Amino acid sequence: MLARRIIPCLDVRDGKVVKGVKFRNHEIIGDIVPLAEQYAQQGADELVFYDITASSDQRVVDKSWVSRIAQVIDIPFCVAGGIKSVEDAGRILEMGADKISVNSPALADPELITRLHDTYGQQCVVIGIDSYFNKQSQQFEVYQFTGDEKRTQNTGRLTVDWVKEVQQRGAGEIVLNCMNQDGVRQGYDIAQLRLVRDACTVPLIASGGAGEKHHFYDVFKQADVDGALAASVFHKGIIPIPELKDFLRAQGVVIREDFVPTTS
Amino acid sequence: MSVLSSSQHTVIINTGCANISSVKFALQRLTQNVTVSDDPKVICAADKLILPGVGSANSAMESIEKKQLASCIQSLAQPVLGVCLGMQLMVTDSQEKAHQSDLGNTPCLNLIPGQVKRMQVGDLRLPHMGWNTVEAVEQTSLFKGIPQGTYFYFVHSFAVEVYSHTLASSQYDMPFSAAIHRDNFYGVQFHPERSGDAGATLLENFLNL
Repeated sequence: MLARRIIPCLDVRDGKVVKGVKFRNHEIIGDIVPLAEQYAQQGADELVFYDITASSDQRVVDKSWVSRIAQVIDIPFCVAGGIKSVEDAGRILEMGADKISVNSPALADPELITRLHDTYGQQCVVIGIDSYFNKQSQQFEVYQFTGDEKRTQNTGRLTVDWVKEVQQRGAGEIVLNCMNQDGVRQGYDIAQLRLVRDACTVPLIASGGAGEKHHFYDVFKQADVDGALAASVFHKGIIPIPELKDFLRAQGVVIREDFVPTTS
Repeated sequence: MSVLSSSQHTVIINTGCANISSVKFALQRLTQNVTVSDDPKVICAADKLILPGVGSANSAMESIEKKQLASCIQSLAQPVLGVCLGMQLMVTDSQEKAHQSDLGNTPCLNLIPGQVKRMQVGDLRLPHMGWNTVEAVEQTSLFKGIPQGTYFYFVHSFAVEVYSHTLASSQYDMPFSAAIHRDNFYGVQFHPERSGDAGATLLENFLNL
């Protein structure tokens, strides 16, 4: 049976892992490589490294840390942030990342998704979508440049429409960041994730809102997502990963068992 | 993890795909002498070979043809491990072809009989992505110390069905080959380099063949 994935997300700025609330006010959590190693040892199924300043800064970002992570980590990992071209993606994949995640640049140039698909294959093309519930229009809408408060803007796209388009263009996985829930630890946005799940035939990863163990159970059970991404509950030690996985197994969720070699 | 003989030379065949690094790093965690090469002389002189691959069967085969490596790989007698797309390149042909191409199936290296087909998974998602359990068909040296039902990491939409060359199987709506074998050629559909300690054990078993 395919297991549901638990995915710690490490927001990276200037080579350090940071965490903000609702994408703002970042505080430093620690160094990337030891944190990544620690999560892999604790049973994380996958890691996402998100360079939060890259897309909004318009600068070339030092990504040499990708290679340092690839040397020590033996679980899959995805790098997001500042990937604007096929060449940018190629460099990250050559350094040892398994997937690259594209958000704002795909909105500016949707054709980029197709080029990434045709060059590196669907399996490594992840599309991140920052989605916000607009109370005025009563719709879920896509936002861009969410790494920088001054530049964050509504794209005018409806989330479900964009979800369908990125799949047609060759996305292999979608990470849905539910902005209303991000960092406030009140639970994943089940209603929105269910809506997107119905429009999504590739793996779907829930992001934003995890605060308690049962939030993970709820999102797997009620929104049928393939993975659940979280940051602060792991960084702050609120939910230890082994405890979370034991809890989910006890609730009947299919979760990867630790490898125990036979000694015959 | 035991330290392997430092005199053994492992070569990763450079098929022209972008992400060979993760395979290289995984091997370097187990053995000292690892080279990435597309030089037939270096490839033929290796003790163990890895045939990696991501992307699509047609682009990988094009790259292999361009580098004139097909006959070199077909002539190898030492143990070769194909990983993911690398495994799929080992069989006779693949249904995976260039986007909007009218051509037939993509001919592969034909090291092991068999055909790669698009997975039929009903309402489940494709790509088949994540950790899934693997059942070895019989106790073999490649899966030594690896219990039935061990989780490995998969990312793929095409697969080889379960047949006479299946070494291990997995299930995703349909059963499929998680590992195949003929003579000196071994292939795994999952990514051992990204499968934690289970993957490291499998790679070590391969290096110890």
